[in-house]
Amino acid sequence: MFVAKSIAADHKDLIHDVSYDFHGRRMATCSSDQSVKVWDKGDDGEWHCTASWKTHSGSVWRVTWAHPEFGQVLASCSFDRTAAVWEEIVGESNDKQRGQSHWIKRTTLVDSRTSVTDVKFAPKHMGLMLTTCSADGVVRIYEAPDVMNLSQWSLQHEISCKLSCSCISWNPSSSRAHPPMIAVGSDDSNITYSGKVQIYEYNENTRKYAKAETLMTVTDPVHDITFAPNLGRSFHVLAIATKDVRIFKLIPMRRESANSSGPTKFEVQVMAQFDSHNSQVWRVSWNITSTLLASSGDDGCVRLWKANYMDNWKCTGILRGDGSPVNGSGHAAALSAVGVPVAAQMVVGAASAGRLKHSMLQYFY
Amino acid sequence: MEEVDVEPSTTLIPGAGFYQKHLGFEWGPGDLIVYETNYKLQGNESCSPSVHIVRRDEDICSPILRKLFSESHLIFVGLQKIKEDVPSKNKKSQFVSISKNYRSVIRACMEELQQNAGKRSHDTHPVSILLAIELIWNLCEVLFIDAAPAGSLLLQLLDWVRLHKSDVDAKAREVLQSDSPAQHQSYWDVVISLVLQGRTDEARQVLSKQASLRAESSSVFKRMDGLLQTMPIFNPTGTQTLTEFEVKWRHWHEECDRCLQDNTFASNRHLETICKILVGDEDTLLEQKELLSTWYHFLVTRLLFTHPTIKPPDLHYYAQSSMNMFLGPRASPEPLDIILLSAFEFDLHQVIKDCSIALNNWWFVAHLTDLLDHCKLLQSHNLHFGSNLREFLVLEYASGLFTHHSLWQLAVDYFDHCPEFGRVYLELQIERVPLDTERKAIKVLRICEDRQMSEQVRSICKIMAKRALRNNRLGSALSWTIRAKDAAFATLISERFLQDYSNKGSFTDLDLLDNLGPAMLLSDSLTFLGKYREFHRLYGEKRFSEAARLLLSLMTAKIAPRSLWMTLLTDALPLLEQKEVIFSVDQTYELMSCLEELNSGTKHSNLTDQDEDIESTKTELLRLALARNLTMAIVKEGTIET
Repeated sequence: MFVAKSIAADHKDLIHDVSYDFHGRRMATCSSDQSVKVWDKGDDGEWHCTASWKTHSGSVWRVTWAHPEFGQVLASCSFDRTAAVWEEIVGESNDKQRGQSHWIKRTTLVDSRTSVTDVKFAPKHMGLMLTTCSADGVVRIYEAPDVMNLSQWSLQHEISCKLSCSCISWNPSSSRAHPPMIAVGSDDSNITYSGKVQIYEYNENTRKYAKAETLMTVTDPVHDITFAPNLGRSFHVLAIATKDVRIFKLIPMRRESANSSGPTKFEVQVMAQFDSHNSQVWRVSWNITSTLLASSGDDGCVRLWKANYMDNWKCTGILRGDGSPVNGSGHAAALSAVGVPVAAQMVVGAASAGRLKHSMLQYFY
Repeated sequence: MEEVDVEPSTTLIPGAGFYQKHLGFEWGPGDLIVYETNYKLQGNESCSPSVHIVRRDEDICSPILRKLFSESHLIFVGLQKIKEDVPSKNKKSQFVSISKNYRSVIRACMEELQQNAGKRSHDTHPVSILLAIELIWNLCEVLFIDAAPAGSLLLQLLDWVRLHKSDVDAKAREVLQSDSPAQHQSYWDVVISLVLQGRTDEARQVLSKQASLRAESSSVFKRMDGLLQTMPIFNPTGTQTLTEFEVKWRHWHEECDRCLQDNTFASNRHLETICKILVGDEDTLLEQKELLSTWYHFLVTRLLFTHPTIKPPDLHYYAQSSMNMFLGPRASPEPLDIILLSAFEFDLHQVIKDCSIALNNWWFVAHLTDLLDHCKLLQSHNLHFGSNLREFLVLEYASGLFTHHSLWQLAVDYFDHCPEFGRVYLELQIERVPLDTERKAIKVLRICEDRQMSEQVRSICKIMAKRALRNNRLGSALSWTIRAKDAAFATLISERFLQDYSNKGSFTDLDLLDNLGPAMLLSDSLTFLGKYREFHRLYGEKRFSEAARLLLSLMTAKIAPRSLWMTLLTDALPLLEQKEVIFSVDQTYELMSCLEELNSGTKHSNLTDQDEDIESTKTELLRLALARNLTMAIVKEGTIET
């Protein structure tokens, strides 16, 4: 059985993104009300809002945490054409007692001429690097050379993608077997450039990012993109939210000559494709071990996908709003599965083994 | 064999979907956040003010189930340690006993849950799942692990059925304890139930209550008693061979049949029914549906009275037909039925697959598959497939444990025993364990250090160091940094220490600084900090010449940063002004050159006039003290001791 606990987020407008920190003990939410809120999970397991402040002068699209090795750092991006970096200041003791903390702006990145659609930190082994992508089709990679001074960021790379960008994803693998890799998705309806997913790779020799691959088979607007955690595989797995959910396998091909300087060539395979949403898919995200993929679509459902040991993918769960206005009580409510009256879920008589349709030990993980 | 494919059920989130139709989400540790949103709209919209955290029901995963996890963990670890070189015959008994251990843990858990079951209806729910699990496990033990041959097979199946149909005993007790058992309404039900389970002695005992009452029909009861008493039961440890038993059993079977032909029991329909059961009449058996209650009970009873010497490969014919006969044309089999059928067909792969899907219960399939793999039962399929399956399931189970705030430590052992991906899964997940306290961090660290996961060690230490630094706990930050072997950060912290010293005039965390040892070499700044503290200590212990030597070496060996030379020279002042000469002539010359070197460097233009004044005063003082020391040193060294 599942329980849903409601937390009154109290944003005054649409929430566009929610992000857990690395350890899952803190959470940030951002909204069209131009603010970001930070929540902390107490020892009692309850979430408390410990900070809420105005971050931009337009809708805030995404918010993301840096790795805790860099401290308590957040980045946000907005329709107001900027991205910002925020750091938590250790407060006065009476602040702590009130359970409040302060976040101050360390820097504003104003290079974009259009709405900044996504902001992501690069994997920590690359240092403290922040990446943004904008509707103006440019991916910008910034670096803070001194991790103790977060007000100094330098624009290290500008990648022109020629298409309006909607999402970016870094390959999280820190293996030295391959250079840093970033995937960029576009929601541009331009038909001339038909491949809406581009993969860029860092070249040690030129010290620049070069395009390694364009997924030509993805021709519809892409709304979200995410690399799976690597888990010691030799190939890369990339999930894409477009008119359906697609999972690609990118197999690096061996270089012909030892000192060939171009980007890696990949063999691209489709691992899975799901159109159960029957509509546009807006978000995709892997869980920590990349054993489950979740997707959210126009049909108002969140679907969970899992591969078995034979690499056959199946939908293992569906979440959907029940269409009721919030009851506001915030109590944990036991959820019922659709179509099964609650009484039928009971088992009569301890002697019978009973129905097995509901699990007791099912996890989300 | 159709697939047990359960369509995913849709879970409704209350309070979402009213204002906006999209559902945003984010993965958390062991849960999922969902919130109402709209990906196509920008703002100025009415919206639900809430986010929802969806997770499994904590109440059900109670302390009792946690006991199941921790006790089965012990069994699992013990199983992994069984040596490969033990001869297989001995190993089989070991595996059977391990299987029984697992089952007893399940039963103990079930009993506790049943005891604790309150008024809440869904408390019976996990109990029924555990019952199903134990039922399946027990059957797998009989068929696969113990692999009973013909003869013993039926006996073990009988045990299996008896174990899972416990209401017979309760009813029997009730009947026997009543005032007049023979008059009890359940009397004949009890007798027949006992016969159906092959418990002839007990059936006779209950029957005797009837016999004593009716004198005129006592001969009939005596006849039945005789039949029941002479029913042959195979003794696996005895000297009788299976063939001999079969012959004996045929004779007995014919005798029962003769009784039916002779209408011996015509006067009592109950006894007639029992006799028909003894003969194995299918229609009569099917009439006892209510007492049998399950098709597998029907199967075993049917075999008992028609083919007690059933061989394992022949089992599935009877299983399929029994299920069909029992369920009838209209009822369709449940997932549990299909799983049991697969087991009777000795299709292990199907059993595991169906259990994974239908139960969605990683604990069960992971442990069972692991045990079956150790029995080398999975490898006959396909080499890669077997070990991959076991590892896949164990990894799934362990990953689920990792999100638990206390059970994650159990998961580590499971990952350790997954040769292909265990390590990388562990590396990935152990980093995410929240480091709430220093103690927990150290626990996590020890696990990483034991497995030479150096990157994780470094990362965890760095996180702790950074946290300590933010909270101005320099000593803690330093010790974490040293453990992380992070030179850059060590430099940073050393500089903070020195800054503190300049501001306050004393060091904090003296214990730590005094005992740095070889860790000092991590960074130059740290080395300086350690040595500088050592200087202060030597001074405090009045070991002046050693202190002096150290101080000088800090400057000449360029260990000290330029910015601190003034401070060091100022520290030299009290040594210069001692009554006895501490610095030698050469040392004094060196100090003087350091001072001049310092003054010849670019002056800081941002010093205030007042500061500049102080600086030049200090320099003058130093020059004076050095000169005076020089004279005294020259005299001392020039004096011939007489």
